[in-house]
Amino acid sequence: MSLTHYLVLAAILFTIGAVGVLVRRNAIVVFMCVELMLNSVNLTLVTFARANGTLDGQVMAFFVMVVAAAEVVIGLAIIMSIYRTRRSASVDDANLLKY
Amino acid sequence: MNDVVIGTGEAVVFWVLGPIALAGALGMVLSRNAVHSALWLVNTMLALGVFYVVQEAPFLGAVQIIVYTGAIMILFLFVLMLVGRDSSDSVVETLRGQRVAAIVLGLGFAGLVGAGIARATQALPVTGLAAVQGGETSNIEAIAEVLFTRYLLAFEVTSALLITAAVGAMVLAHIEREPGTRPTQKELSRARFLTDRPQTLPGPGVFARGNSVAAPALLPDGRLAEDSFATGIEPQEVEQMPRPTGRAELGTPDAALGTLDPAPSDIPGGRDR
Repeated sequence: MSLTHYLVLAAILFTIGAVGVLVRRNAIVVFMCVELMLNSVNLTLVTFARANGTLDGQVMAFFVMVVAAAEVVIGLAIIMSIYRTRRSASVDDANLLKY
Repeated sequence: MNDVVIGTGEAVVFWVLGPIALAGALGMVLSRNAVHSALWLVNTMLALGVFYVVQEAPFLGAVQIIVYTGAIMILFLFVLMLVGRDSSDSVVETLRGQRVAAIVLGLGFAGLVGAGIARATQALPVTGLAAVQGGETSNIEAIAEVLFTRYLLAFEVTSALLITAAVGAMVLAHIEREPGTRPTQKELSRARFLTDRPQTLPGPGVFARGNSVAAPALLPDGRLAEDSFATGIEPQEVEQMPRPTGRAELGTPDAALGTLDPAPSDIPGGRDR
């Protein structure tokens, strides 16, 4: 057991999130996959903070969380307004941003 | 430099929660229903929160559980319920072979990055955070010290970002209705009487032993009223209440009349029972 285990787990979670973004068609699920990728990067940051003995990694993970919260709010609002006009949450249907 | 030894307890936590986090991530990508995806992701995020606590970041662990699983995932579920639970994924591939290509690329990426990280960090020394936190200064105090000195500018910019996000979400989610575009009660009533059914739909569970939404209403002859079927729920057969008059046994109204007491009653207005 070493810190490498955490890092490899984070890499696998990141990959699963990336594959989900490529494979899934529902915009909300795609968004959740992006959240998973952000989370796995946070795990990496926390692990490296522990390895280096400084708190900068934890502060960075904190900032990632704040930015992720802002991003989720805006993204879900965009999905809502697209759904209102197109009656669909599929990423294939939204090919024009204006209409 | 390798002054901190990772204990057995942490290894146990990792090997228990690591597969759970992995299963959550896989379940999120693989489940067809978007609500199930959200719940799988909550699973993964809770496991990651425990990892943060184990890795000497209790503040981040709490924030992970409160903000991510508590706030962000609930927001996801809100939007899922607004957009429609039944908006499941289409199985049609828009680009041919995209799914296979994505999975192959994913496996390759995981192998490459995982192996690279594993090789590069094989002899990674674990310094530990005992020098900056623990003892006198707690984790929160140590983070606050760094956050409000070296990262003060970033912190302030973050507040601007959050206020922009809040305003932007309100602008995007707001619908402006012109006055007069909303139909009045008179117009709604007129439109309703032009349809085949001006009255309300039958409620669930009329004359049934249950009043759940899944229990369909009954028509006078005992059939199920199809108008009362709830959308998205399979109508369930429910036990009916015993009919008050016993019409079910008697069949026709003529047969029912025959069972009445043929002798006229002395009491005005009915039988003496």
